Parts: sequence; C-alpha cells; structure tokens
Amino acid sequence: MRIVCPFCGERELGEFTYLGDAKPVRPEAGASEDEVFDYVYLRDNVAGETNEYWYHGGGCRAWLKVTRNTLTHEISSVEPAAGAGAAKVGA
Amino acid sequence: MKYSIFSLARAALSGHKNWQRTWRDATPKDRYDVVIIGGGGHGLATAWFLASEYGIKNVAVLEKGWIGSGNAGRNTTIIRSNYGLPGNTGFYELSMKLWERMEQDLNYNTMVSQRGVINLYHSDAQRDAYARRGNTMRINGIDAELLDLAAVRKMIPFLNFDNARFPVQGGLLQRRGGTARHDAVVWGYAHAASALGVDIIQNCEVTGFTCDAKGKVTGVETSRGKIGAGKVGMAVAGSSSRVAAMAGLRLPIESHVLQAFVSEAIKPLIPGVMTFGAGHFYVSQSDKGGLVFGGDIDGYNSYAQRGNMPVMEDVCEGGMALMPMIGRVRLLRQWGGIMDMSMDGSPIIDKTPVDGLYINAGWCYGGFKATPGSGFVFAHLLARDVPHEEAARFRLDRFRRGAMIDEKGQGAQPNLH
Repeated sequence: MRIVCPFCGERELGEFTYLGDAKPVRPEAGASEDEVFDYVYLRDNVAGETNEYWYHGGGCRAWLKVTRNTLTHEISSVEPAAGAGAAKVGA
Repeated sequence: MKYSIFSLARAALSGHKNWQRTWRDATPKDRYDVVIIGGGGHGLATAWFLASEYGIKNVAVLEKGWIGSGNAGRNTTIIRSNYGLPGNTGFYELSMKLWERMEQDLNYNTMVSQRGVINLYHSDAQRDAYARRGNTMRINGIDAELLDLAAVRKMIPFLNFDNARFPVQGGLLQRRGGTARHDAVVWGYAHAASALGVDIIQNCEVTGFTCDAKGKVTGVETSRGKIGAGKVGMAVAGSSSRVAAMAGLRLPIESHVLQAFVSEAIKPLIPGVMTFGAGHFYVSQSDKGGLVFGGDIDGYNSYAQRGNMPVMEDVCEGGMALMPMIGRVRLLRQWGGIMDMSMDGSPIIDKTPVDGLYINAGWCYGGFKATPGSGFVFAHLLARDVPHEEAARFRLDRFRRGAMIDEKGQGAQPNLH
C-alpha cells in the first residue's frame, strides 16, 4: 500500500500513521450520553470503501482524508483534511 | 471412531487405507436448538462443550468456507495465561487448564506442548511491571517465575544480551505456557463434537437472521436455505461487525490485519516461546524447525487477510535485536488474519440486545490461546442464559458503564491494543 500525498507525492506506507474512520463527528458539548458513547466506542467497521484519516508524520505532517477499500486496500482518493483531522484530535 | 495405539496398529496393518473421516460433513436440518455461526476453534469448541457439558446435542455449526479456514489457521499457536487484570487472569487460566486436558477430553492429538513462555524485560520499570503481573498470577494460583539476567542467560544463552539500546535484564516465565497445533485443535473439536451428534455444515454462509413478531431471533438465512434455531451464537471474530450488522447491531470493534511469519526450517534453537519486551516480537520454533513469529497489527482497518511491508520490517527488526544470528535465515511464508480489535483490547462474550442472539467476539490477537475457555464459557451462556463466572466481566455493555478491561492502557483506540 502506498499513499499519494497531495503535498509530497507517492510515499511508502511507513511514513503515515492511521487514525481511523472519518465518519464519527465529535458531539457538541452538552450532547447526550448516548451520542458520546456512540462517538467514542461504536464503529461501522465497513467492509468495502470507506473514508479515513491518515497523518503524514514522515513527510509534510498534514492530516489527510483517504478513501480506501478495506477489502482490497485500494486507495481511490486522497485529500487534505482541511482542519477536520486536526479538530478530531483536539488540536 | 476412537483413536488409540490399537487403532493405529490396525490401520498400519491395512496400509493406512481404512481410516474413517474424523468428523461428519453434515447437511442442514430444518431446525436446531442452538446454531453456532462460525466453524473456527471457538465455534467448534462451543458446540462440543454444549454437547458434552450441558447436554445440548441438537446443535449445528455453520461455516462459510471450510472449518478452520479463518483465524484458527492464521495464528502463531501460542498458549499462555499470564494476564494481569481481573476478568482476564481467571478466564485465561480456565482456558489453560482446559488445554492441559484437551487431548484426553477430545481423544485427539492436538500437540499441546508446555514448553514455557518467557517475556523478556529490558529496563527496571519493565521488571517492576512484570513482577507485579507475576505476583498477580501467583496469588491467583497460576505459575509465574521472575528470572534475573543469570537465569535467562542459562536458559537462552544465544540472545544479544548486551544490545546497547535494549539490554536484556531478565524475564517473566510461565512454564505451563507453550504451543499447540492449531489445525489439530479445529479437527479435534470437530471430531469430538461430531461424535456427540453436532452437525458441522461447511460452505454455508449466513446471509441474514429470521425474527418473530417480537423481534426474537428464530433462525438464520443461509446460502443453503433457512435454518431454524432456538438460540443463535456468533463466533466469527474478524467478521463480527458484518454479521452483527445483519441483526441491526453496531459493535465496539474494528477489524484489523495481523501478520505472522514462518522461516525456513533450522536446527532446534528456541526452547519455548519468547517475547522481546522493548518492541513487539514473539517467536517459537515449530516441530518442523521453522521459526514462527509475529508482532504488531498493521494498524489500519482491513478485511483483506494480507498486510504490508512496514510492519514486516518492524517485526523482523525485533527479531534481529534479540538474535542477530537469524539475519541470514530466509522467510518462508507470511500471512495475515483479520482480528476483531475491541475498544479495550479484551473480548466480548454476552447476550446481545437482540433476543435469542449471543455474541462471542473482540478477541483482538489473543484468540487462539482462549479457544477452549471461550468455548466453555460461551456454551455456559447459551445453555444457562447467565454468564459463566470467569467471563462475567466480558460484557457488551462494559464500555457504556466504563468497566473496561484494558491490559495495555491505550483507551478506545483499537489499533493500539
């Protein structure tokens, strides 16, 4: 698996770190316990094409939103995660 | 048929041409008291314990491919019970005790070899952590010995003790740990369960659940037709989310790929199972001579049963740090299995919110050693409708309650457990 970083070009997997599914969105302050539980613990765990966050720590140090197929490891798109990646980790 | 020295002699006299199939390849009936989804070690063990311990013999095990074609055939065959947290310690020791009597129970040679498992430590802090874990084991009646450097040197003299970055300082040894033959475990449970009347049905993929008006599960839809069931238990680690989704459930689980490796055969070298404590590397030597080893999961969600090069490199570096002499040994085979990585690194054995559906999942990469224990407690749950006391903490709702069993202390980030 190689990822084509929009800033650095095609790089080997070892340069990247995985965060996970890009779908869960951090609930607003004051959200119900159920919403927080759902966000922290439950996953769709998709078999097929899915969006996920990767961090290019060995390169430009940008958060990326990658569309990847979990059945084949095929990557169909890589985009900069405009603020979303950083927001997800609370930065 | 019963295996013994006499059956072996009889078969030898007839040129080994008269061996019978060791288990029946059944065709599905209309209805069973219990249907188990998943013909791996855990599913087959569950069926056997249901029939042998709990007297429920009208049981079917449904397998999408052939039995043992999933993670039961894709592991590094290590058995041990050196866990430190309440919930895990007792459960894995229950499993260890079942390993010790498995061959007699099943009348099958599963090649259980208690050759010892040693976890090496490389710092004072790690020694203290291992001492604590060893003490936890001992007060729970489990064998554990904390070895100092001299004792490890005597036992495994060929290690790179003076590694400048990660010198070996000692190790935590569980002598009763070791290895078992993974395929034989599957065949042994199939053999013994089939003899008690359990139907093992291969090439039978579950495609949905049937429910009554109240939402109780009444059976499964499969590639070989509808099968009715009093209760349905799923033991499909790796695919738990996919099967649970058919019943409308979302799980605290991600599927990740874990690679394992076998080298070419070399002369007897490694006495038991050993782990490198400064990275993640575990190794044993098979009876054929190959080094069987592995390390971390790849770290990204996957259902592909194959991994990538960075982890391969990392695992081999761990091996080289311990034993630079293996640098010229060639890698023979490599494979990947799909792990149910749960949110706290511990398994889930419980009823589900769907009436009549029971779950056995979330084994992360510790499922093989748990095979007999998992089968035993899951059979207990299916038969009695209450959790076995040694699995009472493996509840599905523990994440909501904040009662995690997190050995590694990583929190809700499955790829780090």
